[in-house]
Amino acid sequence: MTTAAETILESTAVEHRRGFRRRWYRTPSFVIGLSILGLITLLGALAPVITWHDPAHQDLLATFQGPSFDHPLGTDDLGRDVLTRLLYAIRTDLQIAFLAVLFPFVIGTAVGLLSGYFGGRADTVANWFVNVVVAFPFYVLIIALVFVLGSGTRNIYIAITLVGWVAYTRIVRGEVLVTKRREYVLAAKTAGLSTVRILRRHILPNVITQAIVYAMSDIVLVLLAIVTLGYLGLGVQPPTPDWGRMIADGQPYLTTNWELATVPGLAIVFTALGLSLLADGLADLLRPE
Amino acid sequence: MTEPILQVRGLRVEFPLARGLVRAVDGASFELHRGEALGLVGESGSGKTMALRALVGLLPRQARPAGGEILFEGVDLSRVSAERLRQVRGHEIAMIFQEPLTALNPVMRVGDQIAEGPRVRLGHSRRQARERAIELMQQVGIPDPARRYEAYPHELSGGMQQRVMIAIALSLEPKVILCDEPTTALDVTIQDQILKLLESLRRKLEVSVLFVSHDLAVVAQTCQRVAVMYAGQVVETGPIDEVFREPRHPYTLSLLRSVPDVDVVRERLATIPGSPPDLAAPPSGCRFHPRCPFMQPDCTSGDFPLRPIGTERATACIHSEQCVQDVLREPVIAGG
Amino acid sequence: MSLAAYVARRLLLMVPVVLGVTILVFLLIHLVPGDPARTMLGTHATPQRVQLLHEEWGLDEPLPVQYQRFMGRLFRGDLGTSLFYSVSAGHLVLERLPVTLWLIGLGALFSVLIAVPLAVLAAARRDHPTDHVIRAVPLVGLGFPAFWIGIMLLLAFALNSGRLFPVGGYGEGFTGHLHSMILPALTVALGISPILIRSLRVSLLEILESDYIATARSKGLTERRVMVRHALRNGVISMVSVLAVAIGFLVGGTLVVEQVFALPGIGQLMFNAILQRDFPVVQAVALVFAIMVVLVYLLADIAHAALDPRVRFD
Repeated sequence: MTTAAETILESTAVEHRRGFRRRWYRTPSFVIGLSILGLITLLGALAPVITWHDPAHQDLLATFQGPSFDHPLGTDDLGRDVLTRLLYAIRTDLQIAFLAVLFPFVIGTAVGLLSGYFGGRADTVANWFVNVVVAFPFYVLIIALVFVLGSGTRNIYIAITLVGWVAYTRIVRGEVLVTKRREYVLAAKTAGLSTVRILRRHILPNVITQAIVYAMSDIVLVLLAIVTLGYLGLGVQPPTPDWGRMIADGQPYLTTNWELATVPGLAIVFTALGLSLLADGLADLLRPE
Repeated sequence: MTEPILQVRGLRVEFPLARGLVRAVDGASFELHRGEALGLVGESGSGKTMALRALVGLLPRQARPAGGEILFEGVDLSRVSAERLRQVRGHEIAMIFQEPLTALNPVMRVGDQIAEGPRVRLGHSRRQARERAIELMQQVGIPDPARRYEAYPHELSGGMQQRVMIAIALSLEPKVILCDEPTTALDVTIQDQILKLLESLRRKLEVSVLFVSHDLAVVAQTCQRVAVMYAGQVVETGPIDEVFREPRHPYTLSLLRSVPDVDVVRERLATIPGSPPDLAAPPSGCRFHPRCPFMQPDCTSGDFPLRPIGTERATACIHSEQCVQDVLREPVIAGG
Repeated sequence: MSLAAYVARRLLLMVPVVLGVTILVFLLIHLVPGDPARTMLGTHATPQRVQLLHEEWGLDEPLPVQYQRFMGRLFRGDLGTSLFYSVSAGHLVLERLPVTLWLIGLGALFSVLIAVPLAVLAAARRDHPTDHVIRAVPLVGLGFPAFWIGIMLLLAFALNSGRLFPVGGYGEGFTGHLHSMILPALTVALGISPILIRSLRVSLLEILESDYIATARSKGLTERRVMVRHALRNGVISMVSVLAVAIGFLVGGTLVVEQVFALPGIGQLMFNAILQRDFPVVQAVALVFAIMVVLVYLLADIAHAALDPRVRFD
């Protein structure tokens, strides 16, 4: 950066550090993202109320129906109502996505915190683990794990956790390495505060921001992983509706009923958009400016 | 005194911050004469770098020119098209930056960087441009130029890098060279070499040099005339030895007094009381008045443009005779 | 140090990671509770297959011994025997590797061809509508599942009215291969370009604020030359690292894309092996995938060192 631009930036840095609460409604990405997500969550939560079909109910006499009052989005290859399945899938996919991010977040942050703070051999080992896991393409490892453990929701959680913790470890460890050299940590140490206390009150709050920001964008990745597993037949098992599975079910009929494969995809894109905007907005708000 | 090649009148540069509009340069006026070196001095935040960059439209992204005239050989550069301005750059007005390491492209060989100008803008062939680059490197005192041509910037010492920068500036045979603190980042001994180099080049090639610095000693060594900036405005101009011996503005006086002089034993290191003004909300009237030892009621309001004193000097202070008195009492430079 | 020494050093650092990869792959089978062989094979379990697996892996022996056997065989180039085809897993992999390499190579090429111009355009027209539109692309684009992109491309270009490309398969001969690879490669490219666009744009913007860009401009060079010869030349250096990570994703994505387009690559091999509970093959492919990623990172390091003269002088 030019020294002149630096001068400008220095004067900007003097600006007051605004609190989260005061700014969130003025960050467009955050607001829009939250709205989209809110809408989708609402639709999912209210799915049993606003739809009148059973998502698993098959009516083999009414397959491939077009849009009608009874079936606003038509029916699929097994006569199931598309709209109902679409909305119920929200409950499945979104819930799994959120939970499946939580576990890696907690574990990864813990490992990163400890290995970053204490360093030494534990750190080297942790690092090695991280590098090894990272060497595997994400999907390959997930699919291999699901293969070994068997498909189904519970194993999705396990697979994603086993693979996903590394990103958090990397981020948190990096932040810890920087933070532990900061003056207030050294001061706390000199004052004789216990390690646990230092970790909890001084280091953790500062490093967790980056992890949270990453977690928000991670939800998108995890959502995509869930629907991909669903598409491959390795994920959420029928009859529980899942967008990925719906797309797979619709693929053979692309030439005749292309909407079966297209509409769930749009739902995924829209949901992911909301999550991404939310992530961006959150990143903006939590940025230490 | 030769005629002016660059005349700046009422230059304004501003950049918006959330807390207000900062006027980094707010009505600065000065003149650069043919073949001479003009020093533009001031503390950091005085606007001198912004003023320099505004001349060729190389302001940082957030900053905007906001008025004034920049007459280069009679043409107002602040009003020409972007394309015309681009043509002026390098070939008529060149620039040297403060930190040579960051001012050189790290992935390009230094020789190629020097040769780029002649190749692209003067139509030289690759070989011609290379020869010219080596010639320039010799001129700026880089030993073994043919071999050094292939070097990358990070392989060279600070002094070498700055010589490369100077070579780049000279490569398009400009009429004016703008220097933005070219020696600040260098070692003192190297500083001296570079300054002498600039001086000799100026004389040999008859270029005009605009030298921005916060270091009065450096400016004293290299420049014939000086313009002193404070809070975005030029407060005093004149031949350098006269201004430094007999300043006509309290800020210049205070500045000179605060520079430690090896020859004069003082009881205390003099400083200027107070702090530089907030450029988003500068003081009314004369900007220096809150810190001025000679302040009077009529200093607190109105405009304070440069007023000429005699043929070669100008000051913005309306009570400049106070400075004269003060200097008579206690000379600024020992031995006059 | 010279480029060769740098590469050698990098290779050496890779060794522990590769070792770790082999351990992880080896351990996969042991994540299964009970008799791994029987549970693995599930409904496909026949006494012969169970027996084969036990023999091959020495499942009755202590772990370290098993690992030794595993590594021993690995060094001899033996990746195990397919339970279903009774051929060496390595042979199966080699047979199908070209398809996947096609996909990865062409996909990476397309992604660069898409991302670089868009990022340059966005950086050059900062804050203009063009920039905003291009910035929206990664935002929306990252939400597209790769398989869905593939299906949509099929819909648009291979089915119904637009029968420009084959619906699947590998084709014959070089041009046949190329033709059938275009849609799949485009799919993976569209999948990873958002990441590339975003990071290249950001790094270009940062570069454009540097002093040396100001120097370039002060020479009176055109904006285009400044952008291409100075900014981009520096920008691609950071892009190499991001490209490596993106290709890491891409490699994994081939598994899914090969399904969508019925491409006979190692991704499809792995998937079918999963369905058939052909564990040795799954293991072999997983290993190969990991090695590929490690190689990609290595290549990225080398490219980085080759492009950036500052790197070698560590």
